[in-house]
Amino acid sequence: MNGLAGVYRQQMKTSFAAMLQYRAALVIWLISQVLDPVIYLIVWTTVTAASGGEVGGYSRGDFAAYFLALMLVNNITYSWIMHEYEYRVREGTLSAALLRPVHPIHADIADNLSSKMISTPMMLVLAISLGFIFRPEIRLVPWALAAFVPAVALAFVLRFLIEWTLALAAFWTTRVSALNQTYYVALLFLSGQVAPLSLFPGFVQAIGLALPFRWMIAFPLDLLLGNLTVGETLVGFGAQMAWIGVGLVLVRVAWRAGVRQYSAVGA
Amino acid sequence: MNTPAIRVHELTKVYKVTEREAGVAASLRSLVRRKIEEVRAVDGISFDLAPGEVVGFLGPNGAGKTTTLKMLSGLLHPTSGTATVLGFTPARRERDYLRQITLVMGQRNQLVWDIPALDSFELNRAVYRLPAADYQRTLHELTELLELGPLLKKPVRNLSLGERMKCEIAAALLHRPQMVFLDEPTIGLDVTMQRRIRSFFADYNQRFGATVLLTSHYMNDVEALCKRVIVIHEGKLLFDGDLAALLQRFSSHKTIVVQLETCPEKLEGYGEVVSCEDGLVTLRVPKAETPRTTARLLADLPVIDLTVEDPPIEEVIERVFAQEPE
Repeated sequence: MNGLAGVYRQQMKTSFAAMLQYRAALVIWLISQVLDPVIYLIVWTTVTAASGGEVGGYSRGDFAAYFLALMLVNNITYSWIMHEYEYRVREGTLSAALLRPVHPIHADIADNLSSKMISTPMMLVLAISLGFIFRPEIRLVPWALAAFVPAVALAFVLRFLIEWTLALAAFWTTRVSALNQTYYVALLFLSGQVAPLSLFPGFVQAIGLALPFRWMIAFPLDLLLGNLTVGETLVGFGAQMAWIGVGLVLVRVAWRAGVRQYSAVGA
Repeated sequence: MNTPAIRVHELTKVYKVTEREAGVAASLRSLVRRKIEEVRAVDGISFDLAPGEVVGFLGPNGAGKTTTLKMLSGLLHPTSGTATVLGFTPARRERDYLRQITLVMGQRNQLVWDIPALDSFELNRAVYRLPAADYQRTLHELTELLELGPLLKKPVRNLSLGERMKCEIAAALLHRPQMVFLDEPTIGLDVTMQRRIRSFFADYNQRFGATVLLTSHYMNDVEALCKRVIVIHEGKLLFDGDLAALLQRFSSHKTIVVQLETCPEKLEGYGEVVSCEDGLVTLRVPKAETPRTTARLLADLPVIDLTVEDPPIEEVIERVFAQEPE
């Protein structure tokens, strides 16, 4: 196991070095990550003002807290792997990875972790700065805040596993963007990126409960905002664990099938 | 008796390729019924390589060389037949196998583009779990052999093609693989660099006793490195044996170069005239006729100088592909 730790350490060092070569790109990427939540926040602020200061139990300050926290959670759980695999398969860089005596997923995990280490503090500063403009109403619940840390970590693991599995579609088709788009639309509505899930009609919420998206973003987000009871929190952790189990199986199955496909048609 | 480093038996790879005519109508038709064509990229080849052997793997483009190397390195599953390398079945891609091999491809990047090569080397040290002392020693040796010193700390994107290739080669060999697959390792490099890389691989083979299977378009690579060559064409094995025997078998002609005062009128009687410039005549003569023709030239003409040469190896190989013996 010591060997794998060494791989992670070295891979993260490599990722840091490569990332620091692209400081401008990093800043542009951060801005793009901030833009969406800010737009939704402005929309909901306007809606709230028009409907007498409250929408579905959310005040203007509640929305501000929600979307600023969303920036942070989304940043921590985000991965860009789905955009990369098609390129790897097409350009053959995957072959180099397959020749190494280590599973390629480790490089991707290390890569994501190191990027979070740089982007999360920057996002935190951005969210706090935007807080002076949008004045969120924050209720900090100490136990929920403590539970947020493992919840957001598990959310990252879950989202990463699902997205890594979907990325492997690149083994079978060269047009993965349609699949990616479908996934992002589902994520947008069912993970709470457009609006808090409690504002959606009952049947949408019911669908959401049966799918993994909620546990990737909305669950840690609600925990951070102190919106959940202890019972709801435990259910959330259970759901995350269960979906991570599913994700691990999916990654394994899809990877095996994908490599078989790759090595059948010409690596 | 030594067990072979590579044992390939009736190895076959069939690709299924969808095919359609150009045009809108054809692309609509292909939605309904796809025409699938089978391409036999490698068609039942068998050979053995002894440990420490350096073998040239020759064939024109599309002969199946790269497909074979990919099967041997575990990137491709054979359709049928078997390959055993260092006692492993490559397609299983076992870690213990991958740790002992390398595949160097002319255009493949395993170096991270934006950072110095040395950082990528460090990553390989971790990936291959190399003990620090071994790593340092190998790195030192490779740095010396390939003259990498000034290159290691520059970002890879700032290196020239040849410099990058040298770094790629070093990265591919840091773990001292016992089995080295080289696919066009000198492609796109200038003559000096080609020569340097050739002598490097000869040296590597000597030092570490590694087995090397090499494909190259440059016959100089093959001549310099390989005593034995395997020739494949359209997926089938055409020849397996000494390079010298290949030349013997397929070069039916010799080249006679004669220096005369001027170009005489009638030379056709001696052989096929390839060129004649300022009295320097190049003749192509059947091998069996060479002694007699040489004697006649010396007797009949005021010869200043005369040499008999084997045709260039490229020409011989071309003939191998063109005529298919048997």
